[in-house]
Amino acid sequence: MSGVKPNLSVNVGGILMKNPVTTASGTFGFGPEYAPYLDLNRLGAIVVKGITLLPRTGNPTPRLAETPAGILNSIGLQNPGVERFISETLPFLADYDLPVIVNIAGDTVDDYALLAEKLSRASGVGGLEVNISCPNVKKGGMQFGSDPTMAAEVTRTVKASTGLPVIVKLSPNVTSIVAVAEKVAEAGADALSMINTVLGMAIDIKKKRPMLGNLLGGLSGPAVKPVAVRAVWQVYREVKLPIIGMGGITTAEDAIEFILAGATAVAVGTANFVNPRATMDVLEGIENYLCENGIEDISELTGLAQKS
Amino acid sequence: MSPVADAKVIKQNMIAPSHFRLYLFAPEIAEAARPGQFVHVRCGHTLDPLLRRPVSIHAVDREKGEVILFYRVAGRGTALLSKNKKGDRISLMGPLGHGFSIPQKKVRIFVVAGGIGIAPLYFFLQEIADSGAGADVFLGAATEKQLFFKDEIKNSGHRVFLSTDDGSSGYHGTVTGLFEDYIQKSINNNGLIRCDDNSKVYGCGPSGMLKRLTDIIAAAGIPGEVSLEERMGCGVGACLSCACKTRGGENGAQYRRACVDGPVFPAEKVVWE
Repeated sequence: MSGVKPNLSVNVGGILMKNPVTTASGTFGFGPEYAPYLDLNRLGAIVVKGITLLPRTGNPTPRLAETPAGILNSIGLQNPGVERFISETLPFLADYDLPVIVNIAGDTVDDYALLAEKLSRASGVGGLEVNISCPNVKKGGMQFGSDPTMAAEVTRTVKASTGLPVIVKLSPNVTSIVAVAEKVAEAGADALSMINTVLGMAIDIKKKRPMLGNLLGGLSGPAVKPVAVRAVWQVYREVKLPIIGMGGITTAEDAIEFILAGATAVAVGTANFVNPRATMDVLEGIENYLCENGIEDISELTGLAQKS
Repeated sequence: MSPVADAKVIKQNMIAPSHFRLYLFAPEIAEAARPGQFVHVRCGHTLDPLLRRPVSIHAVDREKGEVILFYRVAGRGTALLSKNKKGDRISLMGPLGHGFSIPQKKVRIFVVAGGIGIAPLYFFLQEIADSGAGADVFLGAATEKQLFFKDEIKNSGHRVFLSTDDGSSGYHGTVTGLFEDYIQKSINNNGLIRCDDNSKVYGCGPSGMLKRLTDIIAAAGIPGEVSLEERMGCGVGACLSCACKTRGGENGAQYRRACVDGPVFPAEKVVWE
């Protein structure tokens, strides 16, 4: 070991992160929820809960079901709407020194444009994550993400409406994630997030009815990790955009798998619920791994498994 | 920083089939805990089952630094939890949530508990007894053997009224039936149409029971607080899984989070579904 601290900083489509560890939208609230458990400044970035133009009350309950090494959720994008987000929620994060990435979701292409414009004018937003992959809403969401042409149109519209870096969050619920990624890249995306949750279902055999109020939900947690690693691997080969890898990351070892597959950064999601300090454990574990392997810069690790 | 405590098991007793009292050494949580709050418990050590389980705080011993939980085995998580023995370590987040309000002025206190619902109310009764207050406690269960802690509660100065579904002890019927009869008699004896607001009701139990309790106290004009149970994810207000429909907000109803806005809510605010 050299004894020199490895360089952990990464550039995700113009978003400069001091380390590659961020949070998956919807699993970390807006920041204050986890502030008692860790120093938010140690995160590479924070990706906040999905925001829509108008407030959303969300889906009927139950909204959560536990499945083997995973959870199904159908929250339905409950959020205060973009105006209240900007005036009430965003100021909390102004006291922190980290990029704030806002996940945006719309029913229509115009919704995305308006959201991007409003958030570009707000202070303290470091980037947008375009959610075209939420499986839990009737309109928009995955409907955009499963059609490469629509995905490209949303991307182009958002890019035209903002100067902020634009990350597009991809759905695994498609025949070819590479096809969607290619179109989104052509449309001008600065980076990709992958994967959103995997569409799933669970049935309560005692009550003989679906476990979720919304019937179907999105699967996340360790159970989806191999699906996510595969998606990152496939897209990294074909598309030259930085990738934020996510899907079941619970430990540093998980995160390193994603980076070796081609991720530039990683997001911790469901694991936050189990271990509120999971992001910090992942960060420290990555740093140790780099030291132990004599790697001086995290960027050397990205996609390394593709070269073997 | 809120601690994530690695609590050592002091002891665990099975006090009835599937019902356990778990004593944990967690001095910071014991010190900070208020009645009605909960701890978010990692039941196993593997990724399956994945989520923590919210378990209400049943009692604390601040001198000994103990947090005591009382729970019923309801699934895989609690089944694993019940296997823990003296010396084992359990990860706890907490204390979490918004608990019962402790009456500041002298009010008449009614406590209505159905089954395992006594778990958090026991802590409440312990706290008010320490400050010299007494309550009328209505304990209901399926059968006599599940009327937990009735003697301990009586010994700490409260009046206890019992009901069982099978009639094996006390009133034959539901605890809300017992409570309603009592309130009705009290109103009649005092020549009142409604109770004055110098009373307060605290309830915990199955949702059907709490809905009935809410109707009874609304009719009697008594304010109350109820502790709700919802499937929970994060426990800190981030995931919005444990949504409870409540009155208020722009559309007349809004989802609030059982984990941070509750689990205790004013009874009249809850929209029962």
